[in-house]
Amino acid sequence: MAHNNEMIADDIIGYLHAHENKSLLRFITCGSVDDGKSTLIGRLLFESKLIFEDQLAALEADSRKVGTQGDRIDFALLVDGLAAEREQGITIDVAYRFFSTEKRKFIVADTPGHEQYTRNMATGASTADLAVVMIDARKGVLTQTRRHSFIVSMLGVKHVVLCINKMDLMGYAQHVYNEIDEDYRAFAGLLGIADFTTIPVSALEGDNITEHSDRMPWYNGPTLLEHLETVDVETDDQLKPFRMPVQWVNRPNLDFRGFSGQIASGVTRPGDRIKVLPSGKESRIDRIVTHDGDLELAVAGQSVTLTLADEVDVSRGDVIAAADAPCEVADQFEAHILWMSASDMLPGRPYIMKIGARTVSCTPASPKYKINVNTLEELAAKKLGLNEIGVCNISLDREIAFDAYNLNHDTGGFILIDRLTNETVGMGLLNFALRRSSNIHRQAMVIDKVARAAQKNQKPAILWFTGLSGSGKSAIADIVGQKLHALNRHTATLDGDNVRHGLNRDLGFTDVDRVENIRRIAEVSKLMVDAGLIVLTSFISPFRAERQMARSIVEDGEFIEIFVDTPLDVAESRDVKGLYKKARAGEIKNFTGISSPYEEPRAAEIHVDTTKASVEQSASRIVAWLDERRYLG
Amino acid sequence: MIHVTHLQRLEAEAIHIMREVASEAENPVMLYSVGKDSSVMLHLAKKAFFPSVPPFPLMHVDTTWKFRAMYAFRDRMAAESGMDLIVHINQEGLDQGIGPFSHGSSVHTDVMKTQGLKQALDKYKFDVAFGGARRDEEKSRAKERIFSFRNAAHRWDPKNQRPELWKIYNTRKARGESIRAFPLSNWTELDIWQYIYRENIPIPDLYFAAERAVVRRDGMLLMVDDDRYPLAPGEAAETRSVRFRTLGCWPLTGAVESTAATLPEIIQEMLLTTTSERQGRAIDHDSSASMEKKKQEGYF
Ligand SMILES: Nc1nc2c(ncn2[C@@H]2O[C@H](COP(=O)(O)OP(=O)(O)O)[C@@H](O)[C@H]2O)c(=O)[nH]1
Repeated sequence: MAHNNEMIADDIIGYLHAHENKSLLRFITCGSVDDGKSTLIGRLLFESKLIFEDQLAALEADSRKVGTQGDRIDFALLVDGLAAEREQGITIDVAYRFFSTEKRKFIVADTPGHEQYTRNMATGASTADLAVVMIDARKGVLTQTRRHSFIVSMLGVKHVVLCINKMDLMGYAQHVYNEIDEDYRAFAGLLGIADFTTIPVSALEGDNITEHSDRMPWYNGPTLLEHLETVDVETDDQLKPFRMPVQWVNRPNLDFRGFSGQIASGVTRPGDRIKVLPSGKESRIDRIVTHDGDLELAVAGQSVTLTLADEVDVSRGDVIAAADAPCEVADQFEAHILWMSASDMLPGRPYIMKIGARTVSCTPASPKYKINVNTLEELAAKKLGLNEIGVCNISLDREIAFDAYNLNHDTGGFILIDRLTNETVGMGLLNFALRRSSNIHRQAMVIDKVARAAQKNQKPAILWFTGLSGSGKSAIADIVGQKLHALNRHTATLDGDNVRHGLNRDLGFTDVDRVENIRRIAEVSKLMVDAGLIVLTSFISPFRAERQMARSIVEDGEFIEIFVDTPLDVAESRDVKGLYKKARAGEIKNFTGISSPYEEPRAAEIHVDTTKASVEQSASRIVAWLDERRYLG
Repeated sequence: MIHVTHLQRLEAEAIHIMREVASEAENPVMLYSVGKDSSVMLHLAKKAFFPSVPPFPLMHVDTTWKFRAMYAFRDRMAAESGMDLIVHINQEGLDQGIGPFSHGSSVHTDVMKTQGLKQALDKYKFDVAFGGARRDEEKSRAKERIFSFRNAAHRWDPKNQRPELWKIYNTRKARGESIRAFPLSNWTELDIWQYIYRENIPIPDLYFAAERAVVRRDGMLLMVDDDRYPLAPGEAAETRSVRFRTLGCWPLTGAVESTAATLPEIIQEMLLTTTSERQGRAIDHDSSASMEKKKQEGYF
């Protein structure tokens, strides 16, 4: 059926030409363990004759040995890597399988369906044109069906097939089909899945997979494969406004300057008016350059190099868009975020965001709510954990060009990366820009930081003291403050006493609150730096990421990290405030060093070892350090 | 509506991946092993950066046992591309006289190929290396990412793979880590052949059937490519019409009897054939789990 051996034998050239023009369909199968996913995929591979004789022999042997089908072939074994993966301790995640027929090439993303694999399913769905939602005919629409469908609809997979499997176990009865179809229709409506195709099958027996089943004469629709082969995937992408994120600036010599990228949507022709975003500069397409010669027309999905009629500034990460229907530009958004890491998403912590070819810094606010993927209920949340989906406002360190995800996946979908581990920790979908940022025009002020600092005859900076409780941060900071004052320099001090009781009195000591605590302190310090002051902060600030965040919001050279290094046992033996004792007794929760981690600085500007130097000596050293580097005028 | 074919989609994806690497890597390299997949990869690189020359060198980790025709082909292709060609040979292995006849296929491959590759990546401090591996080659590759991370010891950690969403790739890495990037991940063997045909991509003649001197040993037809072949008593080379489905070290690569002398004939033979591609490769005769192991150890 799949590969026409006669044609291959008699007219290979004709065959090749026919096959060159095949299209590609990427789909995902969503189902829970034992719904028959593996059996279904295995059968599709088998029926498309992509199984070689040696593989078939191995399959037959395996079927007898470990299969569940007696002497019959167990198709699930063809793809069932998952059991083996579990044994080998490999992450159970997405596997990609390939098969092709006369009409199409297919790439199947095969992912497990349990709730703890939500992120894997979303990964598979992110590149899918179509989703096959599997249902066991005996069980009907279940909680997991809702979960799978929710993810499919959130990621905007364009086509949905409801595949009712194991019809053989329900006597191939039409009423079973009708009931499940109706149930699902009611639910799909809520999710905005406007259109889907329901197909009754038996993956095991092969009914309605590639051939119409005479055991279900009441069903007149397409077989699964027929549907996969014919569903329209020349999507409306080409009808959307033109967008191309610039990946690479192509400059072989001084006479050529092209912009390389993959067209995200729309079509383009030489002469078309375009806008470069976020700068907003306009020009026209001059040439569409490819290795095979210039093109008169390029469409969504193609990777090309464009040259422009005018010399406009374009760099990696910019988006070239249709001038009459450009993307929006903003730096604050509401977004859906799916968290993919075992360490929680902490509001206020800056993450690296990659969207299209652009990389920026992104700070999520507290989630507005998270979504129970099984019931679609909205729940209050302070953070997001692994596999949780929430809606959050995010703010970036600069403006980007974007579209809402539901209008354009390439310009509206992003990933979040942890700054320290480099892990991909989340995926997100931009819903809309928050207008408030565009209304607050940043005032270019005449009296600025430089003017204020000059008046005070100093270089403003933050002296960020970090270290365990009882390490001596405040004591040293206090002496530094006195010495600077004596030198007629202008300082301000932020410490637990004046911040925890005022600005941050609403915050506790959970990880989330600690991050928010530091964020506020960093922002206040920044304002004080703008005022020209030398700011002394002494907070445990146990997490590297937050110290990095504080560093990143001021200019280079304005953040001076001072690691007050006192070993835990020494700090504990000092126990000035009796806190360690209480923490050991379990009376204080989340106490740094005891029940909450302290991440030591790796490259602090100043390292103070309090077991070797007195408070006075350390303070003098810090002042000398500042003086040498001309912070004191 | 303009029809975009499967080959166009695969091509656009591979080019996209290559451009991401060129933009984000500090010191990328393309591993070039002279086979058909490398030929396709090189062709795609030319397309990705045209009119520029691809902004990275080619590197061949040479075991010194490749077919002579492969060396000639390699040098010609590199010269035509305008890219630099780095050839790395594991000198220690050479000094120890490691070879497939004397040490067997797995020691030879490990020392000359796997260790050689690690040496070369360390020596030139390449942080991203393009490889031509495909997911359809083997069961354990079905889960391989397009960007696959290796720690400082070049080991692959299957438990620590990053999710790949849409076409956004996270290429950030810690000091000492490196990346293998596989732009042909989603291609099948048939796609490769069909693309070679459509694009008229040069490939070594060894893929085409011709009369060649071969010896039958251990059920494989081995070509006597140079005078290092130790003929056993009673063994004699015979001339047969053969070709190769994959190219590697000649003492480890079995030929198949064939008369397919043109690309369409090769594709025809492949489609009508009933055994999978890797049978001709001595190294893969072990179980598929061993492939996973090799990968963890740094074999591509
Ligand atoms: N009777 C019947 N059994 C099926 C059908 N499809 C799958 N099964 C059986 O259901 C069990 C689980 O199937 P499998 O494909 O491994 O499910 P997966 O966990 O979703 O991949 C196996 O015993 C299959 O043989 C079907 O259409 N009819």
